Amino acid sequence: MNMKKTTKTICTLIAAAAFIVLLVFLESNKNKYGMAVTVLQKGFILAVVAVSMNLLNGFTGLFSLGQAGFMALGAYTYAIFTIPVESRASVYYISGMNPVLAGIELPMLVALVAAGLMAAAFAAVIGFPVLRLKSDYLAIATLGFSEIIRALIASPQMDTITNGSYGLKSIPAASIYVVVGLCIICIAIMALLINSSFGRAFKAIREDEIAAEAMGINLLKHKELAFVISSFFAGIGGGLLAMFMRSIDSSTFKIAMTYDILLIVVIGGMGSITGSVLSALLVTASKEWWLRFFDEPLTIAGVNIPLFRNGFRMVIFSILLMVVVLFYRRGIMGTSEFSWEGLTGLIKSIPSRVTSLFHKKEGAAR
Amino acid sequence: MSKTILKAEDITMQFGGVVAVNNFSMEVHEGEIVALIGPNGAGKTTAFNVITGVYAPTNGAVYFDEQMIISNYPQGKMKKMYAGENEGKYTKKIEKTPDQITKLGVARTFQNIRLFKSLTVFDNVLIAKHMRSKANVFSATFRLNAKEEKKNREETRKLLEIVGLLDVQNEIASSLPYGKQRHLEIARALATEPKLLLLDEPAAGMNPQETDELTAFIKRVKEQFGLTVFMIEHHMDLVMEISDRIYVLDFGKPIASGTPDEIQNNKRVIEAYLGVPEDE
Ligand SMILES: Nc1ncnc2c1ncn2[C@@H]1O[C@H](COP(=O)(O)OP(=O)(O)O)[C@@H](O)[C@H]1O
Ligand SMILES: [Mg+2]
Repeated sequence: MNMKKTTKTICTLIAAAAFIVLLVFLESNKNKYGMAVTVLQKGFILAVVAVSMNLLNGFTGLFSLGQAGFMALGAYTYAIFTIPVESRASVYYISGMNPVLAGIELPMLVALVAAGLMAAAFAAVIGFPVLRLKSDYLAIATLGFSEIIRALIASPQMDTITNGSYGLKSIPAASIYVVVGLCIICIAIMALLINSSFGRAFKAIREDEIAAEAMGINLLKHKELAFVISSFFAGIGGGLLAMFMRSIDSSTFKIAMTYDILLIVVIGGMGSITGSVLSALLVTASKEWWLRFFDEPLTIAGVNIPLFRNGFRMVIFSILLMVVVLFYRRGIMGTSEFSWEGLTGLIKSIPSRVTSLFHKKEGAAR
Repeated sequence: MSKTILKAEDITMQFGGVVAVNNFSMEVHEGEIVALIGPNGAGKTTAFNVITGVYAPTNGAVYFDEQMIISNYPQGKMKKMYAGENEGKYTKKIEKTPDQITKLGVARTFQNIRLFKSLTVFDNVLIAKHMRSKANVFSATFRLNAKEEKKNREETRKLLEIVGLLDVQNEIASSLPYGKQRHLEIARALATEPKLLLLDEPAAGMNPQETDELTAFIKRVKEQFGLTVFMIEHHMDLVMEISDRIYVLDFGKPIASGTPDEIQNNKRVIEAYLGVPEDE
């Protein structure tokens, strides 16, 4: 099925316009649609981190489990430099803030880049020895690294910098436009990278390291590059999360966070950027919103259904996950990307899919 | 005689106690087609892997374009275990990595085809252009190298046309029929702009007609790209027709070298191949 280029451009423009209208609508009715506002922002932030993980796991074939650690580095860097100087005494009320840092307040964008650079610098240091080894070691090393970072952040010795286990608050607020806009820019940059000459080299490494090397691709250099860039964007994702949540503490960045991101990547499809974005939004929406009613007590005809209580939605969520992983092993998108042709093809195929479903049923009945 | 482009000296490759290549020396001159033959397990692929930097040899040296690219001597545990010859002759450790050797102008194919399976035919070839790209990751991401990218795509298209794969350029590599996959692997190697092309059993698994086509293809690209070819091959028809000179390995040891006529009548070679069916 071929669509004219102009048709596709028009579709894209309409979709973009609709999205902006949605944002404006949500922003001006924040109080009524609080949940949608939250889900959209958090979904996009997780999408940035998921795409960054996909860059490594899905496109370069390197299995890393350090996303939460790099996010923590980014989130804390961002928070430390953006909490207004006048609020710092009340934030660091236990031990006070380190005098070197106490006077430095950075503009939001500068702090966000610093957040990315902090994560990237740590990645460069761990990557250099670990990426020489077989790729399994990367998963172990990054998992360990992530937990060490979290422990360090929460340790009393770091009180004057990270405020230890008390966390950081009073991080300046940003509008939904800023948060979502920055997320889209980050994702777009990663998409550009993946479709560049370097992205092709990453895919070559994923497909066959020996052949990639025989094509003149320096394995260590390109793996290090992918790892550092992935961590840079995980750090930015952490910074964006701090910007959105306005208060952070080290428990946000447990291994469970990495696990959530990994699930998003797997559900969306390893090797699909649009898959990761779609999946981040869907997973966030179901976890935080659509499945909420499972947590409310439910009474049918005067009988209290016993399962419906706090935490039940996570059970449902896990079951849904298992179904997805079992039946769509390659995720929603596999390694393909969203295209208007794909969408119209899918819509056009619905009638035939439905009828074939009925035919199967008839056959089975006989 | 024309210039020596590749020279291997006293190459010994020992894996633990197994001596896979034993004191092998050879040279290839510019513009030649040289074949390396020998029964299965003779150490031919291992010799290729040493020349291309995949394995560091246990002892010996390799020169490309008169530059020493590889040199090693028994070290560490190997010092005691070493079962080869010429110990002490080499004292330097020089190990260029496979990507560096490719950059110098040595391209290769693999005995078991190693394509980038889930990528398109076009991308398989285009990837080979990456190493000569001047763009850094920043300029490539933000498309500041658009001109270079366009040129690379143009060259890729041309190359695919020359090797007759243009009509399948958008197919996924693993979906191609076997013979075309072999051609694609050669096309991909050519895209690195090599001076020397190493082919590891390019006709493996091909029927006589496909083998003939491949023979013509190798001759054609050799002329068109001004290449020197060093190949491992089992199809004797192909080897005898195409090669200027032949080296023979048996159990890791070089047992003969010479022109196709000389090799065909060499007693040791006939013995080594006795009982080995022709089509292996
Ligand atoms: N990486 C390796 N580790 C141990 N032994 C190897 C390795 N590679 C090759 N060999 C051994 O070296 C010998 C020669 O193998 P190879 O070079 O593949 O032979 P050929 O290509 O001539 O058929 C075989 O006995 C093989 O088992
Ligand atoms: Mg072999």
